[in-house]
Amino acid sequence: MKVANWGNYPVVDAEVRNFRNVDELREILENGSSLIARGLGRCYGDSSLNETIISTSKWKRILDFDRQTGKVKCEAGVSLDDILKVFVPRGWFPAVTPGTKFVTIGGAIASDVHGKSHHVTGSFSNYVDDITIMLSDGRILTCSKELNADLFWSTCGGMGLTGVILEATISLIPIETSYIIQEVVKTKNIGEIMTLFEESEAWTYSMAWIDCLATGESLGRSVMMRGEHAKHEDLLSDRSRKQPLTLHKESSLNVPFNFPSFTLNGLSMKAFNTLYYAKAPAQYKKSIVHYDPFFYPLDAVHNWNRIYGKRGFVQYQFVLPKENSREGLPAILRKISEHGKGSFLAVLKLFGPQETVISFPMEGYALALDFPITKNLFPFLDSLDEMVQYYGGRIYLTKDARMSAETFRNGYPHLGMFEKSRTKFDREQKFESLQSKRLGL
Amino acid sequence: MGRVLLIGAKSDVARALAHEFGAAGYDLILAARKSRELERDRADLMIRYNVGVQVEELDITDLEQLHTWYATLEPKPDTAISVVGLLGVQEEAQADWQSAKRAYETNLTGPALLLETIAADFEQRNEGTICGISSVAGERGRKSNYLYGSAKAGFSEYLSGLRNRLAKSNVHVVTVKPGFIDTKMTEGMPLPAPLTAQPEQVAKDIFKACMKKKNVIYTLWMWRWIMAIIRNIPEPIFKKLDL
Repeated sequence: MKVANWGNYPVVDAEVRNFRNVDELREILENGSSLIARGLGRCYGDSSLNETIISTSKWKRILDFDRQTGKVKCEAGVSLDDILKVFVPRGWFPAVTPGTKFVTIGGAIASDVHGKSHHVTGSFSNYVDDITIMLSDGRILTCSKELNADLFWSTCGGMGLTGVILEATISLIPIETSYIIQEVVKTKNIGEIMTLFEESEAWTYSMAWIDCLATGESLGRSVMMRGEHAKHEDLLSDRSRKQPLTLHKESSLNVPFNFPSFTLNGLSMKAFNTLYYAKAPAQYKKSIVHYDPFFYPLDAVHNWNRIYGKRGFVQYQFVLPKENSREGLPAILRKISEHGKGSFLAVLKLFGPQETVISFPMEGYALALDFPITKNLFPFLDSLDEMVQYYGGRIYLTKDARMSAETFRNGYPHLGMFEKSRTKFDREQKFESLQSKRLGL
Repeated sequence: MGRVLLIGAKSDVARALAHEFGAAGYDLILAARKSRELERDRADLMIRYNVGVQVEELDITDLEQLHTWYATLEPKPDTAISVVGLLGVQEEAQADWQSAKRAYETNLTGPALLLETIAADFEQRNEGTICGISSVAGERGRKSNYLYGSAKAGFSEYLSGLRNRLAKSNVHVVTVKPGFIDTKMTEGMPLPAPLTAQPEQVAKDIFKACMKKKNVIYTLWMWRWIMAIIRNIPEPIFKKLDL
C-alpha cells in the first residue's frame, strides 16, 4: 500500500505488517531483512518509511499506572492523546509534549521529541524510566539510564534503528488543573524576541511564532506565547473551578482533500503572516486557556497537512548553538525572506542544555519552517544546510526528508557512539529506513 | 451499568468492543482460547475505564463443555456478544475434512450452542441482550468462501429464530452483518478501501445497535444495498460468476 508521513513526501509503496503479540513480531523480524517500525506517521519525512514497515497500531495497551508517582507503563503504540484522555482527569500530564498529541510513545522516544518546556524539562527521554525493545535477533532487552545505558541512549532519538520498542515506562507530572496561564507578548524583530526568550527562562513553557517573510527593521518579528500550569486558585470561573481537570474535545474540523497546489503561494503566505501578526494583541496579553489550544493548536484541524497539496511539503527544523545564534539566526532569516519562501507557521524556540548521543536538541535556538515542495526548493534548502553547518547547528531527523549524509554527519558529533551501539545491538542489521539509507547510516 | 460477555475476545472487533463498552462504564468478561494473552487487555481496560474486567478461558469448539462453562461462569453477564469467527482458506477446507469441520464448529455450532445456553438464562431472568456477529458472506454462497459463508448463514438464521422466540420477553437479539473489516482475519487481502471498515467503526455500530435494540444491522451501512443486489442476481447468471 501507499504510505507517506505527515509531509506527504515521499510516498512509497510499502508492505505494512501489524503484530498483536511478541511471537508475531518475532516472526516478522525472522522473515524480514529490511524493516522499520512506525507509529502514527507524524514524523514529516522518510524516517519511518521502508519497503517493509512494522506498524504498532495494534500494540497500544496501557499496562500499569502508579497513582502515587504518576509512572505509566504502556505499549509503544499508545498515543499521547490516549495518555491525556486517561490521565488528565486524574491530575497528571506528560512532562514533555510536542506540538501534536497524535504521536505514539514509541515514536516520541525514537524521535526523542521536545516541546515548549525544553529549557526546563529537557527532551522526552528525561522522563523515560525504562524501555523494552525487541532486537533484530528476536531477543527482548530492557534498558534505562542505568541498565544497558548504551542501548537506552541510542534508542532515544535513534529513529527506530536499534530495534522495535515494545514497552516503556514514562513519568507524568502532577497538575491541579488542565488550564494554562498564558502570556502573549509581541516583539518587533529578531533581536527583541531573542532577548525576550532569555528573560523568559523561568517560565515552564515558551515558544514564538515568527514571521519569516518580514524584512528590514521588522526581520524576525514574532509573537511569543509563554505559560505555566494554572493552579486551582488561578481559575476564574465557577464552572472551571468545579471541574478543573476537563479534557480536550474531539476535533470535528477536517481538511477532506488535498488543496490544489496554487492555493499556497508567496502572496497568500505573506497575507497570512501579516494577518497573524496583526491579530496578536497590541503588546501583551495574559489569559487562562485550556491545554489543548495552548499545546496543540494545529490538532484542531485534522489533516491540515493537505493544505500543501498532493506534492506535499517539507518541514525544515534546525538548531544553532546559543553562542552563534545572535549572528546566525538573522542571517538565515534574511536568506529565507529574500527568497520569499515563507512558511505559514514558523516556530522559534530556545532550547536548554542537552548533550545526548543522537537526539536533536542542544542549547540554542531552534527554528521550524514549512515549505511546500516546488521545483527549486531542494537547492534552496541545500544552501540553508550550508549556513546551518557554518554556524555549528544541526537538522532534526524527525522532520527531514532530503538532507545529505555529509550535512547529517557534520551536525551530530556523537554519531560514532551511536553507530557502535547500533552494530552491537542490531546484529542482524535488519533495521533501516529510507532516511537511514540516504544518510549512510 | 451492566456486564458484557465478549465471546472470542481476542479478535480485533472484540477488542474494539471492549473499549466501546468499557468507556461506557460496563464491566467486562473477556472469553477466548489461550486467554493468557488477554491479561494485558485486562490491565489496559481497567486502567483506562475503571471498570471490572475478568478473563475466562473458553474453547468454542469444545462443544461438550460449553453448557458447563456458562453454568459455572460467575458473575453472569446481562449482555452477551459472540464475535467468534474463523475465515480459513476455502481451498484448504475443501481438501481437508477436519478443516471444514472446524469452520462449521467455530462459526456456527459452537456460538449457537453457547448462545442457546445463555438465552435460557436471560429468558429466565427476563433481561439482557444477545448479539451475534454474523457476516454478509452468509447471504449468498459463492465458491471462494461457501464453507464460512454457509456457517454464517446458519448463524444468521439461528439468531433470527432466537429473536422471534424471545420477542415477547425482555431479552433482545441483535444480528450484525459486517462486510469487509480491516482485521487480522483479512490481513494481506486486497480489500476495496471505501467498503472496508475499521474495527473501531464496526464496534461503534454494534454498541449503538445494542443500545437502540436494533434487530439486524449491516456495517458499513452500504452492505445492506450491495447484498440486496447480490441476492437478486438470477442463479443461472450467478453460478457462472467468478466470485
